[in-house]
Amino acid sequence: MIVPFGHVLILAGLLFLMGILCVVARRSLVMILLGVEIMLNAVAVILIGSSLLWQQLDGQAIVLFVFAIAAAEVSIGLALIVWAYRRTGSLDPADYNFLK
Amino acid sequence: MTIYSIIFYLLALLILVTTAMAITRRNLVHAVIYLIFSFFGSAMLFYLFGAPFLAVLEVIIYAGAIMVLFLFVVIMMKAGSGDERIFALRQWLPLAVFGLVYIAIGMGIVSTDPSSRITLKTARAAPRVFGQFIFENHWLSIEIVSLLLLVTLAGALIMGRRSRRPSASETLDGEL
Repeated sequence: MIVPFGHVLILAGLLFLMGILCVVARRSLVMILLGVEIMLNAVAVILIGSSLLWQQLDGQAIVLFVFAIAAAEVSIGLALIVWAYRRTGSLDPADYNFLK
Repeated sequence: MTIYSIIFYLLALLILVTTAMAITRRNLVHAVIYLIFSFFGSAMLFYLFGAPFLAVLEVIIYAGAIMVLFLFVVIMMKAGSGDERIFALRQWLPLAVFGLVYIAIGMGIVSTDPSSRITLKTARAAPRVFGQFIFENHWLSIEIVSLLLLVTLAGALIMGRRSRRPSASETLDGEL
């Protein structure tokens, strides 16, 4: 007997909301990528909670793939950020206005 | 109120507080280190929910590899974001409105869903059982994900290679 499933849903929802706030409100590209990581982590929490609720292993299997996708996404994203920083010397996406 | 529920609420509090600290820090290094604490809390939560293998993976991949990658990039960037205003004032109103709507709708859905009142029972998926399940039911997805990681490796190498010096017409300085 741990807790009602609704409390897990509320915890994951608040985590996801914090990730959205980080993506929307911060201006640094590194913080935007951190917000995406927080959202993926919230999804992992909810998948493992529902895997425990229905006593099925499929939720945990999806979390394994979420981890792999998160690793791929963050490595490509950081490589892109480093590339853009070398070109412009800035981390603010508003400064990337070559075409203006 | 069992010992498991006390552990759950403590972990939830730890995760929420450290994540809130992380997304409000100005210094990127402090944000990354607060987020490492948040991911450790998530790993303990996974262990509580009966996924010891995924708890270990969370520590290794999230708190270990990804956060160290972030730290290296932050160090390379010479951390020039000290004057960033965290929440710009004209973003406050839509942020608050949409956040409150999100919370209200989420609370409504959670409180009306019948399955959200079911109390979770403790169970545990041993790593051996989990591995057999993965390779019996999802072997094709494992192969696809491994291909994806290979492509990612090649992509990161191509992006990170120090290319030829861009000609003057391609850089911002050349324009000025």
